[in-house]
Amino acid sequence: MNAPALAPVRPVLRERGQREVFCGLTGIVWLHRKIQDAFFLVVGSRTCAHLLQSAAGVMIFAEPRFATAIIEEKDLAGLADVHEELDGVVARLLARRPDIRLLFLVGSCPSEVIKLDLDKAASRLDQRLRAGGVRVLAYSGSGIETTFTEGEDACLAALVPELPEAGSGRSPRLLVAGSLPDIVEDQFARLFADLGIAADFLPPRRAGALPAIGPGTLVLLAQPFLGGTAAALEGRGAKLLEAPFPFGARGTEAWLGVAARAFGVDPQRFAEVVAAPRARAERALARHRPLLEGRRISFLPDSQLEIPLARFLAEECGMVPVEVGTPYLHQRFHGPDLARLPSGVRLAEGQDVERQLDRVRADRPDLTVCGLGLANPLEAEGLATKWSIELVFSPVHGFDQAGDLAELFARPLVRRARLAALAPEPAP
Amino acid sequence: MKLTAWTYEGPPHVGAMRVATGMRGIHYVLHAPQGDTYADLLFTMIERRDHRPPVSWTTFQARDLGKDTAELFKTALADAHARFRPDALLVGASCTAELIQDDPGGLAATMGLPVPVIPLELPSYSRKENWGAAETFHALVRGLADRTRRPAPRAGRRPRVNLLGPTALGFRHRDDVTEVTRLLDALGVDVHVVAPLGATAADIAALGEADLDICLYPEIADTACRFLERTFGRPTVRTVPIGQLATSEFVREVAGHLGLDPAPALAAPHARLPWWSRSVDSTYLTGKRVFIFGDATHAMAIARVATEELGFEVVGLGCYNREFAREVRAAAARLGVEPLVTDDYLEVEERIAALQPELVLGTQMERMIAKRLRLPCAVISAPVHVQDFPARYSPVMGFEGANVLFDTLVHPLVMGLEEHLLTMFREDFEFSDAAGPSHLASGHAAQQAPAPAPAPAPADPVATAACAALVAAPVAAPIAAPARADGLLVWTADAERELRKIPFFVRGKARRNTEAYAAERGIAAITVETLYDAKSHFAR
Repeated sequence: MNAPALAPVRPVLRERGQREVFCGLTGIVWLHRKIQDAFFLVVGSRTCAHLLQSAAGVMIFAEPRFATAIIEEKDLAGLADVHEELDGVVARLLARRPDIRLLFLVGSCPSEVIKLDLDKAASRLDQRLRAGGVRVLAYSGSGIETTFTEGEDACLAALVPELPEAGSGRSPRLLVAGSLPDIVEDQFARLFADLGIAADFLPPRRAGALPAIGPGTLVLLAQPFLGGTAAALEGRGAKLLEAPFPFGARGTEAWLGVAARAFGVDPQRFAEVVAAPRARAERALARHRPLLEGRRISFLPDSQLEIPLARFLAEECGMVPVEVGTPYLHQRFHGPDLARLPSGVRLAEGQDVERQLDRVRADRPDLTVCGLGLANPLEAEGLATKWSIELVFSPVHGFDQAGDLAELFARPLVRRARLAALAPEPAP
Repeated sequence: MKLTAWTYEGPPHVGAMRVATGMRGIHYVLHAPQGDTYADLLFTMIERRDHRPPVSWTTFQARDLGKDTAELFKTALADAHARFRPDALLVGASCTAELIQDDPGGLAATMGLPVPVIPLELPSYSRKENWGAAETFHALVRGLADRTRRPAPRAGRRPRVNLLGPTALGFRHRDDVTEVTRLLDALGVDVHVVAPLGATAADIAALGEADLDICLYPEIADTACRFLERTFGRPTVRTVPIGQLATSEFVREVAGHLGLDPAPALAAPHARLPWWSRSVDSTYLTGKRVFIFGDATHAMAIARVATEELGFEVVGLGCYNREFAREVRAAAARLGVEPLVTDDYLEVEERIAALQPELVLGTQMERMIAKRLRLPCAVISAPVHVQDFPARYSPVMGFEGANVLFDTLVHPLVMGLEEHLLTMFREDFEFSDAAGPSHLASGHAAQQAPAPAPAPAPADPVATAACAALVAAPVAAPIAAPARADGLLVWTADAERELRKIPFFVRGKARRNTEAYAAERGIAAITVETLYDAKSHFAR
């Protein structure tokens, strides 16, 4: 690890214009799978319901643990009615789903514009339903307040006040914040156990298993988009550790290393614990590196994972980032990865999608990471793309996913090479 | 406030996007919050479009709400015009922007843009996608059609018609247009304008030059067609050519209006449905109990194909678009079934579970329901899914469309027959009873053996005939499923063996009916006799 002590000041292109991004409601698609007895009730419009359906795909054959209470014309006529209507919807929902232990009322653009106070509604319903074993919380996933992964941040921040207080005599514990696929969480849990670090995870898999928190808690973020959650945890007395995010062999080692140092793990012990999984990660990466090395890549803003992923691709796969766009650049959370990005990378925060596409067309990178609305049109222009949403839905963190992560970027390039004969004749 | 898990239709501005995206040289500027751009992916992913929808979004955020969102809209409109140079602009608001009342139409009018700007008022809290598409198309036609244009004299030219209603993201619209165009060509008729799909502002201006309007998709084109009738004083053909019979009627109707001989178009040597359906091979389709749900036009058309062209029995018919509820109720009354007009898929699921049909013809939503209930299913209507945009030519309109429908509606049942063959030979060492039906992804995976399904049995004509006889045998009429038998009812080994000879896709119903019959009569042990007594009791 040779990160400079002080990150160089880099110019950042800040743009305002059309933002081609999801709103925070989209996080429900993975959060409802993660917390298995939670239900997400969006209070919004038909557009919200349609978004969730489109983002989740129509391929879910079970009844999903999310739904929308669609605001209708008559609800807009008088606000007093809306709370009664909402109570009615919640009663119907819980009658149908008695397995639900935690209900999130999720605010949307329309609910916020009409100033429907969902925090108040949640505390009213919570008082009524708590005796029956159902907790009710609220957060906003609206597009006016949250950009894509910020929805998870708002959800986890809403959970923080509910975390039990750790007794003052408790020995220090690690809290890993940010939803991870269960398989990845289990891998990390084993690594922390081997390091002798007592670790909890937020969000928990069941609503009843909220980890305790207090001044002895050290927080390690597993996702780079959790500014609100981090602030709430610090408000509860926890201390935040700053680290690169656990992508690839080096990223994961650095991330674990920050925790190990904070807990005073013997360096020798640390080296022993990470040696085998790190070697596995290196081996897996070595297969993809020849395909990625020297290839130029641009990121359009999407999930705030862009900077850590660009770090991984540049440092560990030899790719050349051209433009790295992110919806928000938080020096505090992105800093450690940013410091390891090659100089000369164009950083962009915010978005004016038309101008950004003009730059992509001028740069002609070998691979463009973008949303689903832009991928096929760019492919049709002859530019290879990688769907950014897959990076949020797939297990990509940690040593044992390092190869999978690299493969996600290699696959579009491999596919283009395989199908080269099908490519249209270049224009004369 | 309405609790909704899945929706059949998107909001009305998505309907407007379907119109704008289908057209050429039109740009739609939408006042909408960040995140509403998700709708772009419907077109680029589900329909695999190689261009972004021609839509610019203001994507305002909370910080903009405190300032001037109206100014933001004007900037977006000016930028969109400067960049895309469209022939006409549509302007409007999504649900959230509707609440902040910036009046995009009024703002645009103050800007003096050099192209027609058509304001859209689409009430998001009371209307839905199809209505939004219809209103947008109507607004475009009203705003752009040149009212002075009339058809040239008929002498020395073929008659020409407008095909109205197809859009982007429409269920088989791409191929329907091709098929209907071929059909009209056989009749000696040219297509003047297809709209919205593929049309320009100039094409809309020229609508008046056609001899006749054809309303292919009433959900989208009906309002515009009424306007054209009033404006140009000419009739609209409203027979939707889905199915062999409706296609023939369509040809006669067009020929009648234009004074042409329908015979050349009716000859249609490639129309295979009539013989395919009359051939003895199809006998087993007789009286198959089908449930049909979709948009009103497709549901009603498919109900006719099912009854009059395939010999099925329709046991339920419904639609999700209330705008056409009256027509669907009338069609259901003619079939003697209870109509179901709802946009709540849970209600649809309840109805299907109660009716226990042998085949479900519906949307992607009913496909999910059918999978859960382990019923064969075919998709006949929007909302669309990536599977509804096949690479091959696959219309549902015209004579080729009827051929496609024969395959679409019969194939799930043929698959069921093959599965039954497999289970008939379950004693054979090559076939595993635990494999279960391979064409239905299991909704109860835990009960299924993880082993891959066995290869299909080679077609044995004798076995197929025997199987067809069993399947065609009357099976008990639907009843509300009784509570399971709590151990009070016992199946004798003989009766259990006999039950297993019944095809898997009706076995559950036979079991329930037999148990209900036995329970009613206080029969504790179900024998082979009880099974057949129950069968005759419930026989139609």
